[in-house]
Amino acid sequence: MPEAPHLKPWHNSPMPTVAEFKIEYKRILDPQGALVAKPPAFATDYEDVRGMYRAMARERLFDAKAVNLQRTGQLGTYASALGHEATHIGVGAAMRPEDVLAPVYREIGTQMWRGVTMTEILTYWGGDERGNDFAQARHDFAWCVPIATQTLHAAGAAMAFKILQEPRCAVAYIGDGGTSEGAFYEALNLAGARALPVVFVVVNNGWAISVPVAEQTATRTLAQKAVAAGIPGIQVDGNDVFAVRDTVAAALDTARQGGGPTLIETLTYRLSDHTTADDSGRYRNPDEVKQAWALEPLIRVRDYLAKAGAWSSAEEQAWTQECAHEIEAAVNEYLKRSKPPTDAMFDHLFDELPRHLVEQREVARKYGTTAGGTSSGSSSGH
Amino acid sequence: MAHGWEMQHDDRVVVIGQDVGVNGGVFRATAGLQARFGKHRVQDTPLAEATIAGMSVGMATHGLKPVAEIQFMGFIYPALDQIVNHMSRMRYRTRGRLTCPVVIRTPHGGGIHAPEHHSESTETLLCHIPGIRVVCPSSPARAYGLLLAAIRDPDPVMFLEPARLYRAMRQEVTDDGRALPLDRCFILREGRDVTLVTWGAMTVETLRAAGELDARGISAEVIDLATLSPIDSEAILASVAKTGRLVIVHEAARNVGVGAEIAAIVAEHGLYDLVAPIQRVAGFDTVMPLFKLEHDYIPSVQRIVDAARLTLAD
Repeated sequence: MPEAPHLKPWHNSPMPTVAEFKIEYKRILDPQGALVAKPPAFATDYEDVRGMYRAMARERLFDAKAVNLQRTGQLGTYASALGHEATHIGVGAAMRPEDVLAPVYREIGTQMWRGVTMTEILTYWGGDERGNDFAQARHDFAWCVPIATQTLHAAGAAMAFKILQEPRCAVAYIGDGGTSEGAFYEALNLAGARALPVVFVVVNNGWAISVPVAEQTATRTLAQKAVAAGIPGIQVDGNDVFAVRDTVAAALDTARQGGGPTLIETLTYRLSDHTTADDSGRYRNPDEVKQAWALEPLIRVRDYLAKAGAWSSAEEQAWTQECAHEIEAAVNEYLKRSKPPTDAMFDHLFDELPRHLVEQREVARKYGTTAGGTSSGSSSGH
Repeated sequence: MAHGWEMQHDDRVVVIGQDVGVNGGVFRATAGLQARFGKHRVQDTPLAEATIAGMSVGMATHGLKPVAEIQFMGFIYPALDQIVNHMSRMRYRTRGRLTCPVVIRTPHGGGIHAPEHHSESTETLLCHIPGIRVVCPSSPARAYGLLLAAIRDPDPVMFLEPARLYRAMRQEVTDDGRALPLDRCFILREGRDVTLVTWGAMTVETLRAAGELDARGISAEVIDLATLSPIDSEAILASVAKTGRLVIVHEAARNVGVGAEIAAIVAEHGLYDLVAPIQRVAGFDTVMPLFKLEHDYIPSVQRIVDAARLTLAD
């Protein structure tokens, strides 16, 4: 049978590849504290590195206190940051104050770097909205519980910066579990399609409560989900504060110059339970956790500094003590803080309280549980 | 027109949605805006309602006033996560630090021979949520004034635009930048014998019913609720105090519809003014049918007239 002329050029031709992808992995400081790649400038500025190490240690110490407060009935359910310090501080150190952070609910290290106070963090987990009214970092989003929804907020803020022509970027955190949510894909898609100045930091700590990453997705990396959105994706050692900071800083630079978004997957491990309401002993192999401890992020920075004569055990002790004082003061401030007045339930619903709520507030005051009931006369948010 | 006025006077207002830019919106509500204000301020978004709502949160909390269109109310559900979990409570949960001045506009209701899922009126889902307003204009002129008010309001407003009225009603609207009040009813027709409360496209049938009742010597007062949440109870109670009879008319399904809330309010605060039980004329608790039966679903003038007459029966 004669071949149709329109088929002739392709008949027996091999299939052309029209797209491929490659995901790179980056590490600068290995678990033993040795440099395995060319160090960025900040890595040889020991004052800078000490600052990051101190922040990581401070995060860990405060975090342990928060868990302790929950266990002693003085704090509500709390999501520990144990093991994530390099990711949290690396991201914080790469961001500018005028950038905007959209966290999940674990990244206290980044928040604290940006000026959120320990007392504010405790106030929130202690069940009081005032913890979200940051005195500093006033443009950052508050914790976000509905998984992945914050990624769209970050994209939206980035869109605002683009329209208003402000040289600011948005950074959105998301966990490994969160990358299964539709909102995540939608945010990547929007960011890519509109070249938005946003950086997505996927903190792959191996576990979404009890579900391991292998059951979350068929992809070999989470970074490659960027490929589907047409944006760059890169994987870094999330326990290497140098690699995290360097990669995030480069991505922010690109975004700020109008080069669009990046997805950065940081590989780390959730050394704690998901939250204080979880018991990971029920579903995790203790050997796996033990192995992860050997790779935890503080050791390598401490060793790196010590080898350079830039950190000693005396300084470690002094810093631990200083943090303990700060934490104690914050805890006291938090514990001393009175329960919000019943009126607080009606404050800030709208710019001005609608009439039906004025009536309801009277009912709430009458039956309210806070001694004194009323706030100082203000009827609406200001 | 309201878009144009406000965008001219406030640089922070931006319009986003599917097909709102080049195409001017499938109901042409945003026609001409992109040519006038550019591609940054009038944006065609990717096809994703959660994206439209979620990015609005990010934009509104960081310096802009987004007016976002969801192409039909039947497609608003993916956006509910963002509306309920974030828009409605951003001011509240940050104690006023972050606020969310967003308007979400969407076509509401049926009667336009539309494909499946394009004729929804599920406003009650939104009205239940604290922290947002729900507004439903009943004419082009009121749509203009109320949309201006919605855009100027510092908090989230869900703006439900009756699809039937886009094409059915032609009205001169003066482009003078004058907003109408939110949280207030409009008395469309004064009367003495029975109060008819309704909103959106049903104001057409309700006014017609009032005309037919008038021919029978029954004077009906027609109230356009306009803001479905929060409800202007004062206006409704004042009317019922005058007439003693109440009929609530809505296209949306009866069960837990906004009419139920109005009936409860009047039962609670106006019981002794009533001389007859409250009547609700509403969509049936069925799925909104495909258009062959849509006029069996949407309450007819006759149903409204009969309900009003029932309140006058001995």
